[in-house]
Amino acid sequence: MDTMKILFSGVGGQGTLLASRLMGEAAMAAGMDVRVSEVHGMAQRGGVVESTVMLGGLKSPIISTGEADMLVSFEPLETIRALNRCSRNTSIVTNIRPITPITVKLGQAEYPDVDQWIAFIKSNYRRVCAVDADELARQAGTAKAVNVVLLGVLIGLGELPVTAQMMKETIRGKVKPKFVDANLNAFELGISSVSC
Amino acid sequence: MHPLLSKETGQNRLLLGNEAIVRGAIEAGAAVAAAYPGTPSSEIANNLFFISLEGDWPLYFEFSTNEKVAMEVAASAAAAGVRSLTCMKHVGMNVASDVLMTLAYVGVKAGMVIVTADDPYMHSSQNEQDNRAYSRFAGLPMLEPSSPGEARDMTIRAFEISESLELPVIIRTTTRTSHVRGPVKLGPLPEEVKRKGRFEKDMRRWVPVPAVARIRHKVLLEKDEKAQGLAEDSPFNSVKGHGTVGIVASGVSVCYVEDALSELDVKDRVRFLKLGFTFPYPVALLKDFIGKVERVLVVEELEPFLEDEIKILCKDMGRDIQVLGKSSGHFSRMYEFDPLMVKKAVSDLLGTAFVEPEMPDLSSLPPLPMRPPSLCKGCPHRETYNAVKKALRELGEEDVAVYPTDIGCYTLGLLPPIQMADYLLCMGSSVGSSSGFSVATDQRIVSFIGDSTFFHSGLSSLASAFHNEHKFCLVVLDNSTTAMTGHQPNPGIEIRPPGYDRPRIPIENAVKGLGIRNVRKVNPYKKKETVAIFKDVLSRDELSVVIAEAPCILYYKKFGGRK
Repeated sequence: MDTMKILFSGVGGQGTLLASRLMGEAAMAAGMDVRVSEVHGMAQRGGVVESTVMLGGLKSPIISTGEADMLVSFEPLETIRALNRCSRNTSIVTNIRPITPITVKLGQAEYPDVDQWIAFIKSNYRRVCAVDADELARQAGTAKAVNVVLLGVLIGLGELPVTAQMMKETIRGKVKPKFVDANLNAFELGISSVSC
Repeated sequence: MHPLLSKETGQNRLLLGNEAIVRGAIEAGAAVAAAYPGTPSSEIANNLFFISLEGDWPLYFEFSTNEKVAMEVAASAAAAGVRSLTCMKHVGMNVASDVLMTLAYVGVKAGMVIVTADDPYMHSSQNEQDNRAYSRFAGLPMLEPSSPGEARDMTIRAFEISESLELPVIIRTTTRTSHVRGPVKLGPLPEEVKRKGRFEKDMRRWVPVPAVARIRHKVLLEKDEKAQGLAEDSPFNSVKGHGTVGIVASGVSVCYVEDALSELDVKDRVRFLKLGFTFPYPVALLKDFIGKVERVLVVEELEPFLEDEIKILCKDMGRDIQVLGKSSGHFSRMYEFDPLMVKKAVSDLLGTAFVEPEMPDLSSLPPLPMRPPSLCKGCPHRETYNAVKKALRELGEEDVAVYPTDIGCYTLGLLPPIQMADYLLCMGSSVGSSSGFSVATDQRIVSFIGDSTFFHSGLSSLASAFHNEHKFCLVVLDNSTTAMTGHQPNPGIEIRPPGYDRPRIPIENAVKGLGIRNVRKVNPYKKKETVAIFKDVLSRDELSVVIAEAPCILYYKKFGGRK
């Protein structure tokens, strides 16, 4: 298969690491070589959290300028921040629900205009899917499932060699039993929200 | 049953590099391990801790009070014939280096592995020292994994090498090898683990008084010659491809080179020497390689550890070839590498065209708000900082106070709106540096240290401060855990993980035991009371210790209510 570099970006506490790990587990279960990189330590205290999933025999754990094939972003500001890793060819999945950074709360910086930038992204990148993942997660029964909603959108794009069935198996096997149903709902809602 | 004790031999697991090291150590029959946590090494110790806590595998593990103690625990266990492991972040090796340098002389009986996890780019560290230097400094063999699979394999092999040479072996990872997940094929767990050994006395070996040390230094150099032989033949060192253009890489740089060669489609034009057993330098292998290439690019993060050696060997061989890397400006001695950087260097080496990805014009992007890491909502440290600030303000000293700080979550007190962190060197430095400031200035000194850091290296500094009559206020931010690295226990903790029943040392007792009279305890959530106590303490001109006791809110959620 071709190689695939997937960048996950979000804010500490949003479950980006679990999303990239589930993606990696599903890919491995499907017999693919996979590398997943994670950020631990100080970076997790409310800061930007990035992880990557590299498929198809890639060895490098990180993604350079312009080299992401897919971006899965959990927060619109982080989507904009991650654009330097995207090329025109990148497929972008983004949540549209902002999380206000402390620097904005303290009046030291201004949060960019989300609608304007989503429009910019839609007109400049190959394929863009912008969803309200927080709302979908809430509908699925748990606000925490933003990460699995976005995984649903990612798989729903149909660009990865991992099927919805494989991902559901992985969710069943890796998510705590009492959260499995809500997460499967969230995953389905993610898939069905793909309209790009 | 802990997932890393899985008996599903032959199955793949998606493990972190750090988890793969643990699995390797378990498969190799390691029975004693000790560590002080530190990113990016912490998951090694955490997994060993929980395996030992669950109690269904014959492993002794302890969180020692610092890396030096941990290395001593592991060293003596290995001297007694029990396989052992210690792990630490790169700067932890500085703390343990006093042990390391002489441990190399006396050696071990059973295998001993020392893991150092370096942090190029300083994702979670105060410097980015290259700990490969320690391997050469101490004369100890070193393996550098490039993937989780290799991390497991190398750990197992490291125990064998260690035992055959009777020397500890260093495994050196970096953030990008410790914190990357990849498939790891599980090997069989040992039928039997040697949990107890017997220490055989030998004063001509284990007690390095000068006469003994002189003998042991010679022994070490002889062992290093044998170790070099092992490096020459190691399957972790290999040459792929052919031609007169060479590339040498180790660690995560191997990954970047492999991807660059595939993506540029130039595998058949390059002779690539991948090194995993990097010290002692495999001199014969390197010389053979140097003899076959006209130009060589050395790809390694941080210091020119391999590059300098290759230059020395070229000189020895009278071989005038281009050695490219740091000195040629292809790579920096700072920060970590990324795939594009390496791809550009490789295409430059080969003179091949390289097409940059086409990116939309992002020049109209506004400056984006940063998300600096911050203390959690409800964190008790914030309350303590605010109380100190208020007390000083009421005493009219807010603007003249100096705040030496230390290493932990509370270092984030650096940032606005708190901004109460003025000076930091290393673990425990709050206390020693306060001593210096108190004699060199007339400023008010209020310094901050966490509970785990206090036991790590604050205690002996505080003894020194009291004995030498230094005048400052030390605030111990006692949140009952080692929070920043993932909630590891320390001797002072009141709230405990289930099953953890080792004796407690209240910090108050330790401080009073030193003879310090002005010792107070506060609950930082009781704001008025806390401010009043700080005002009282800070209006006196003598050494004082205020212990701000309130558990880390995240830790309390995990284990609260269990005392």
